[in-house]
Formats: sequence, C-alpha cells, structure tokens
Amino acid sequence: MSNVPADLRYAKTHEWTQVAADGTVTIGITDYAQNSLGDITYIQMPKVGAVLKAGQTFGVVESVKAASDVYAPVAGTVLAVNQLLEATPEKVNQAPYTDGWMLKLTLANPADVNTLLNAADYGKHIG
Amino acid sequence: MSVPQVTPLNAFHRQHGGRMVDFAGWDMPVQYRSILEEHKAVRQRCGLFDVSHMGEADVQGPDALKFLQHLVTNDCRKLFPGRILYTVMCYPHGGVVDDLLVYMRAPDDYLLCINAGNIAKDIAWMKEQAQGFNCSVVDRSPDYAQLAIQGPTAAALVQTLTLTNLAEIKYYHFGQGEVAGVKCLISRTGYTGEDGFELYCDATAGAGLAEAILAAGGPFGLELTGLGARDSLRLEAGFPLYGHEITDQITPLTAGLGWVVKFDKGPFVGSAVLQREKAEGSTQKIVYFKTNDRRIVRAETPVCDAAGLVVGRVVSGTLSPIINEAIGTALVAATAAAAPLVVDIRGTKINLQLVKPPFATLKKN
Repeated sequence: MSNVPADLRYAKTHEWTQVAADGTVTIGITDYAQNSLGDITYIQMPKVGAVLKAGQTFGVVESVKAASDVYAPVAGTVLAVNQLLEATPEKVNQAPYTDGWMLKLTLANPADVNTLLNAADYGKHIG
Repeated sequence: MSVPQVTPLNAFHRQHGGRMVDFAGWDMPVQYRSILEEHKAVRQRCGLFDVSHMGEADVQGPDALKFLQHLVTNDCRKLFPGRILYTVMCYPHGGVVDDLLVYMRAPDDYLLCINAGNIAKDIAWMKEQAQGFNCSVVDRSPDYAQLAIQGPTAAALVQTLTLTNLAEIKYYHFGQGEVAGVKCLISRTGYTGEDGFELYCDATAGAGLAEAILAAGGPFGLELTGLGARDSLRLEAGFPLYGHEITDQITPLTAGLGWVVKFDKGPFVGSAVLQREKAEGSTQKIVYFKTNDRRIVRAETPVCDAAGLVVGRVVSGTLSPIINEAIGTALVAATAAAAPLVVDIRGTKINLQLVKPPFATLKKN
C-alpha cells in the first residue's frame, strides 16, 4: 500500500504539494510514483526563478526503467530546488515526502491549491 | 503465445516480494527490493537469481564432438569431462543464432545451456544442423531448475550446504553433488563477473533448493536478486546479451567476441564469412562506453560523430551503481569507432568515453 499523507494535496499526475504558513508550496512526487518508477538515478530540475504554469513540465525523473516528466501541480515561481537530489536522487525513493522534496514555489494564485485532490481522493485515484 | 511461461520458482518469487514482469515470454522478477541495491549486494556479498528460464539441451552420441565442432565457433577439443566452454553458434552468413555454454559430461555426452528467448529456435537449428551426424539433440529445458548464486561470499555460502569440496571446482568447471540434499550439477560460472555458481537441479526440487539457500544466506549477506540487477551486472562486467550486442545481424567478430572464434579447428557454420570479415576488417563494431554523467543512455539512442552525422546506435545502456555513471554499448561504423562519439539526451550533448570492460574491478577466480 502506498503512503498518502493526509495533510498534503495531490495532482492526478502524482505530485504532492504542501503549503507553508508563508504561502510558499513544497512539491515532490508521491510514494506511489516513486514505487512505480523504481530506482531513481537522475533528476533534472528547473532553475531558481523559473516561472511555471499549472500542468507545465518542470523536470524529468529518470529511473533504471525509464525517464518520466514531472508536472507543476500549481502555477508559481521557483524559489528553491533540492540540491541534495543532484548527487543522491535515491532520496526520492527513500523519503518521497521529506528529504526527497523537489522544489519550492511562490504561488501565483494561492487559491490554486484548492483545485488539487485531497488525500482521500488521491488514494481513490491510485486505487 | 500470450500467456507467459513460469519457472518452478514462480510462487517463491511472489512470496518473497518479487516484482514480476514479462521477460522473453517468461514471468520473472525484475527486482525484489531495489535493482541498485541488489546489484551492489552481488558485488559486495552475494545474490540468488532464478535462472530456470534458461534452456538446456543434451547432445549425445558417438559424433557429438564432431557435431559441436561443426555447430559452434569455439574449439570444443579443449573440453574434458567436468570442463565448460563459452561459445556462440552462427548462421552461414555469420550472424549469431545464440551464445551458449557447452558442458562435457563424457566424450559422447554434452549439456548445452542456451538463452530463454531462443530455446525453440535453437533446438530447431541444432536438430537441422545435426542431420548426418550420429548424435541426438534433445530439449531438456522443462526438466531443469537453475539457480545462480553470485558474489564474493557465494562459495562460502554454498559450501555450508554441500559435502562437495567447492575449492576443487575451478572457474568454468563443474561437478556433480548434493546441495541442501538436492542432487545438482554444480557449475562455477555466472553472468555477473563475480565468483559464484550456477546450480542445475530437477525442476521439482528448484523451489526447495532456493528456500534452503535463502535460509542459510543470512550470515553471508545473501540478497534475492532479479533480472534488473542481472542485466546491469552483466553489462558492467562486459558480457554480451543476445538481442543486444549479438543478434542474427551482428557477428561475433563485430561484437568483439573474436576470442571464441577458432578458425584453426577447421570449417564450421559461418566460418567462410567470418574468415573474410577477419581478413577484410569488420565494417561495424560494438563499443563499450561510459559518460561521466548519471543520465542513462538507453538502447536505440542514435550515436553521432563530432560533425553530428549518425554513425550508429546504442544497444544496451544502464547506470553502473559501482562507478555511479551511465555505461553502455553501441553498434557503430568501424570508421567512426575511434573518433569522438556523441549522444543527445533530452537536448544535452553527452560524449561517450570508450572503455575496455569490465567497468568495475572484478574478483572472479
């Protein structure tokens, strides 16, 4: 069974978001996604300052099996990327919701987060 | 043909968390836990692979040696009872039918180990080629389970389960004995570049043998290992895989397997064409590369020269968990094989650094 933390919001494309008190969001891929991909070997990330539209590809997650695009669940500007993943992309396998976070965004429209799935609905989505 | 075949260990894999995939028509575990971790376990400790999907054939009769000399490219006169030979067999045009191991049990009695995906094709080919020779070719594939225990601690682990003195079985030799009470052909061979064994036993005894090895494996750091690690280990060791580095369109000389092609033994299937290729030089070449980059260069990626002209294609590619960079093989025009070679990965140009395998230091005996 995949781990789907109750306090996060999800995109159907298997990214999670967590809104901080200051209105920034942290984004990563879900436990279900990392498990489906298998051993992650390389992660291509956007540059800090990049402006992303909702649904836009922000990077590539590569596993032994395949390379897959990852999508911005909400629109915003890249505030930070997880530098740790450059040398140790396996952190996404080991801790997809904590050490394996991918980027932080300043939201374009804070209300966008409400359009994302809650944990119960994402759980149903991955059935 | 849509229902995958299963090995005698199918239930074992499922009980132990194997992630099952279709491989060459077989339902096999690609991994149990992590391909990268399983790979490292085999380099550092040991791993247990189910290789029961591999095919076996008996070649028996007074003309068995004569037939094998005709069939394969290597010189089977080097064999003696208990000795194993790696070879390929070719079509008359020089392309490879399959690569295989030849075990001599007695001068008129041989066991061949062939690739899972090629069993039907190989058996038909061998029967056709055996016409006129006083020997039989019999498919024994369903009768055997085959387990590979590979890695630096493999010998110590297997020794706890057998009275056979494994020190007396050298690399590419085999003996008969009991392992965990199961009658086995004990072969000191493998497809990982590490020391280890391939155990051939009766199909019905395979799952029990696997459980016994797993139960004894704890102190030796044994890990269950799947086909994912098997592929990355063989590539890192520099071993060809049928369908990639060798095919019916890629000759052994093109693939860098000239060392198993022995012209001085007399004519064999494909020898005329291969001799010409040797004299005139191969027009294409399989090269091994690394990239100093973690982005995997996957099979079928076009390979370009410095001017951007396509000169070949990648045939195998993975990440080496040991050197932590992408490694692979490419089939390229021989004229380009010494020049700078470049691939494009999602818009980034990556230079291929040609190397002579193995990519990692191996400790096989």
